[in-house]
Order: sequence, then structure tokens, then C-alpha cells
Amino acid sequence: MTETTDNIVQLDQLSFAWPGSNAAVLSIPEFTMKRSERVFLKGPSGSGKTTLLSIISAVLAPQAGTVVVDGVSLGTLRSGQKDQFRVDRIGLVFQQFNLLPFLSVRDNITLPCRFSKRRRNAALKSELKLNDEVDRLLSAMHLNPAEVQNKRVTELSVGQQQRVAVARALIGRPALVIADEPTSALDSDTRQAFIDLLFAEVDAAGSALLFVSHDATLASAFDRRVDLRDLNKASASLELQADSL
Amino acid sequence: MISIAWKSICNRWPTALLAVLAISMSVALILTVEKVRRDARNSFTQTVSGTDLIVGARSGAVQLLLYSVFRIGNATNNVSWESIEEIRERPAVDWLIPISLGDSHAGFRVLGTTDDYFTYYRYGKKQALELAEGAIFSDVFDAVIGSQVAKELGYVIGQKIVVAHGTGNAGVVEHDKQPFSVSGILRPTGTPVDRAIHVSLAGIEAMHVDWQNGASVKGAGTDADTIRKMDLQPKAVTAALVGLTSRAAVFREQRSINTYREEPLLAIMPGVALQELWGLVTVAEKALLIVSICVVVAGLVNLISVLLAGLNERRREMAVLRSAGARPIHVFLLLCIESTFLTAGGILAGLVLHYALVAVGSVYMQNRFGIAIELALPDSTDLKILMAIAIAGVLAGTLPALQAYRNSLSDGLSQRL
Repeated sequence: MTETTDNIVQLDQLSFAWPGSNAAVLSIPEFTMKRSERVFLKGPSGSGKTTLLSIISAVLAPQAGTVVVDGVSLGTLRSGQKDQFRVDRIGLVFQQFNLLPFLSVRDNITLPCRFSKRRRNAALKSELKLNDEVDRLLSAMHLNPAEVQNKRVTELSVGQQQRVAVARALIGRPALVIADEPTSALDSDTRQAFIDLLFAEVDAAGSALLFVSHDATLASAFDRRVDLRDLNKASASLELQADSL
Repeated sequence: MISIAWKSICNRWPTALLAVLAISMSVALILTVEKVRRDARNSFTQTVSGTDLIVGARSGAVQLLLYSVFRIGNATNNVSWESIEEIRERPAVDWLIPISLGDSHAGFRVLGTTDDYFTYYRYGKKQALELAEGAIFSDVFDAVIGSQVAKELGYVIGQKIVVAHGTGNAGVVEHDKQPFSVSGILRPTGTPVDRAIHVSLAGIEAMHVDWQNGASVKGAGTDADTIRKMDLQPKAVTAALVGLTSRAAVFREQRSINTYREEPLLAIMPGVALQELWGLVTVAEKALLIVSICVVVAGLVNLISVLLAGLNERRREMAVLRSAGARPIHVFLLLCIESTFLTAGGILAGLVLHYALVAVGSVYMQNRFGIAIELALPDSTDLKILMAIAIAGVLAGTLPALQAYRNSLSDGLSQRL
């Protein structure tokens, strides 16, 4: 497990098929992401974006090829180690429903620190107390800590909820932040503001960002734009499948 | 983890409350049934101690035991005074307490006996009866009342009381020409003695002077002083408690009384008759116990179904937990902790409910049956029961927890529903 490499994500001769199916959904000869790089991954629905994210976050295992994330070769991990790897090194933001409704905003944000010592220690490195780090992240996300921290998340607007989700993904400075269509539940006015806040904090944390969306209007601000259809050599057969559905 | 489980339960408090309620009711039921069973046995066992034989007219052993000592039911026949005298004269007999029942006052039984009752009768751990105030009866019309009688009717020494023939509360003819007066009040014993009015055998005879063949003779009735001068030797009594000089003689004396030629008599050993009584009630006890266990099982099944039913709507919640770093084992633990919380809550609420039931029920049991049910800390049997329920509850919780574990493995971090 060396972390000397400059690449945060490195895929090599990756091939993935759903169990019971021979047709590969993903076949990626090569894909790399540098540390602190912000990558916009686009592609139509059903093109395998979420599948790729699942592979990178060690939820799904490819049938062939190697996946190295933050210097860790995922194929060498047992399932328990995969869970630990994920919480230690990756912050996740989904489209919606990122938060536990019965926990306060503060408890939601500190959730990864309950399961990862690494994240907890990193969070405590930036502030002396976990609560201060929560306050800092909330302020950075343009949320008033005093106002929202003890609120139930169901009392927040969708935009606020997504910002809380970003705060949670960023606490403890994970090496990689994966955002799977985080803006699709937001209206277009708040989307750009959300992206700006996300960028600022990802930079502050020094994390790389893999951002998945089919909304190309957001793409311009990213360091690099990748279309999964160019990347995926299996996409032709997949589109045929999608058409027949 | 624990605080997450707690908050998760609070978030779904209505269903959680129902699960706790179901468990608490089953806990309260099984504890109360156990307690009534044990205390009833205790109460019965405590009532008679130191008596070697109970002698009565020939009937069933349990029946004789019930009416002579526990004042439940009525005698079918009497024992003639000659037989009583004959038994008392036997060398093996240390003491003999004749008992004459069949009359009542305000719902309390009147018991005709001799001074020996206060000298030899023992209850609990061979404790003798003690007077709280006053004295043992010395006059024909004196009465010594049990503590419960004094308390419920508010009687004091010197209180005039009128005794009725028969043991019911209403529709009985009162022996109103011969009023008795309270001469003494006994200390509480926790036995049917507390609910009895004790008079001399002569007193029992006296109140029946104007009665012939079970009906009141017309006229003014005989006045008290005239009665005092009459011969009030009883011709028969209901039963007798017998103490022997040596316990070794008990079987011989019992057989000798059971084969008595002059009159069909029955002698029983209280302990043996009690065992026979327990034999009878065991069936009912077991049935009650089985019902209680079924209720506990129903409570636990309800717990499982509440948690299982909740799993589907909580899949998203689990996925969020997983994406925030919780492993499947954490999800499993979360569900286990939740079920443990619910079971523990159920047991605590059940204990409270149990004590409420006992507090209310003991008054009724004492008044109706003279059975003392005490509020007491849970004893080792209770604790075993509670432990068993707790373990069963935690085990029951692993079922939905396993399901959640499997769900979270197959769902991964997926947010779809």
C-alpha cells in the first residue's frame, strides 16, 4: 500500500459484467486521475457511470483489470477492508437522500468520523474539536452553524441538504470525493453556487473530485472533462442493450 | 452506535412504543401469574402450622382442609361432642381445638372454639396468636375478632355485634336477641384468622337457643341472663385441630380415627392434604403459565415483525449509513441494539405494570380469599424469567438484524428503492 504515486485513481484494463451476464458493461483500457484533480465525468443515463463509481469506491469488483485508488490496489482487499478503505479515503455525495432523517445536521456530518479513525484524526488536525470543524465546514458551505446544526435534516431545503452532504463528504479530508449527480435535485440557479462551494472546499481539503453528471453546462469549470462513451470500449454493445429495454 | 440506535428508535416512536407495550404486557402477565401462584401457596402453607391432624366428618381430605382452616366452602356434617371428648382423652393427643362454623357477621365467619385455640393454634413459622388489645372471651357473649374484621368494620373493644345464622351476607336471619360484644382484637397474621370472629362454643350454642330444627321459634326470645344459666354444652362441632405428643404417632392416630366405629370420621394431615390440593390446582397453574408464555412469545413475534416491517422503508437509511462508512456488521449491530432497547424498555415497563397490578390486586385477594400478596422485589425466579425474556428478545432481534445485514450487502450504497 504505497501512496507515493501521483495518481489518485488508476484503472488498468478494467472489465466489468453483471453477474450472470457475459456481456461486459464496462471495458476501460486506461483511466487515471491525478491528486487534487477535478474531473467531470459525463455520459447518458445507463452508460455505466454509477457502475464505474461503484468500482472505484470498491462496492463492485471488476472481473478483470486492476483498480488502484490512493495507492491501494482494491483487488487485494477483503470485504471488511474495502469498507474501511472507503470510509477512510472517499467522501460520497449522491443525488439526494444523503442524510439520516433522525440525526441532527451535526451528527450527520460527523458520521464518517464514527467509523473512521483516519477521518476523525484528520478532522481533529484541522480543528481542535470536532464541533469546530463541523462549524467551519457549515460556514464554508454558507450555512449558519448556529442556525442549522441542531436542526433535523428534514427541516432543511434540498439545496441545504446537499450542502450538508458535501460537508459530510469533506470532513476529515478524504483523498477522493465522488459526487454522483449531486446537482440534479437542485434548480439551475443554485447549481452553479453549489459547484462553486464544492470546488472551494475540495481545494481547501486537497481532495480530488470525481463529479458525475449528464448536465454539460456545469462542465466548463472542471480541470478535465471525460465522456464515458469515449472511455468505455464496451459502450456500443451496452447502448444496444439499453435500446432493447 | 448506541446513540444512533436510540435516535433511530425515537424517530419511529409510535411503532417502537407498540412493541414495548406488547412486551411489557407479557412481562407483567407472566410475573403476576407467577407471583399469585407462589403467594397463594405460601399463604395456604402459612395458615396451618404445628397441627398434626385435622378431624372432621367423613368427606374429602381437600374439602375438610378447605373449610376447617381456610374457611372456603361448608361442612357437610358435624362431629359429635362424644367423639371429640373420646379423641381428646387419648394418650397420644397433646391438645385438641374444636371448631364450630356456620354463622357469620357482616360477611365475616363466626368461629366457635375454646381457649385452647389461642393457646395451641399456630400459623406461619409456629407463631402463636397474639392479642393486639382486650382479652380472650370469658363470657358466653364475648367475641375475639381478627385484625381485618376490626379494620374493615371499625370495631373497638366493647362493640356490640349481632350474629347471623348462615354464612352469606344478605337474606340471613339475625340472632338479634343475643348481642355479642367484642372482648379482644387479634394482631394481624396474614391468614384467614384475620377474617374470623371467635366466640366460645357456649356462645355458638347460646345464639341457637331459640332455634329448633333450623327455624326461629316464635315469640320474644330468651334474654341473655336466662341463657347464661342454661346448659350450653355443645352436642356437635364442625371439626377439630389435633396436636399429638409425638409426631411418630400421627399415622396410627389417623388410621384409628378414620376407622372410628361410633361415627364416620376423617382425619387428615394438613401437609398431605395441601399436597393433594396442589395436585388439583397444578393443572390450572400450568394452563395459566402456558398462556403467559404464549403471550410472551406473541410479544416477541410482534417485536420481530415491527423491526422486519420497518426494514423495507429503512433501506434508504441503511444505504446512507453504509455510504457514510458503516459496515454491514454495523447495520447488524444497529438492529440488534434497537431490539435490545425495545426489549429492555418492555421489561422495565412490564415490571412497573406488574407492581401496579399487584398493588391493586392484593387488596382484592386479601378481602376475597384472605390470601396475602405482598409487594416485593423480584426474587430469583422472577429474575430468571426476566433474563429469559431479555435473552429471547435479543435473539429475536438478530432475525431482522440478519435481514438488514443481507439487505445492506446486496444493496451496497445504492440509493434506489
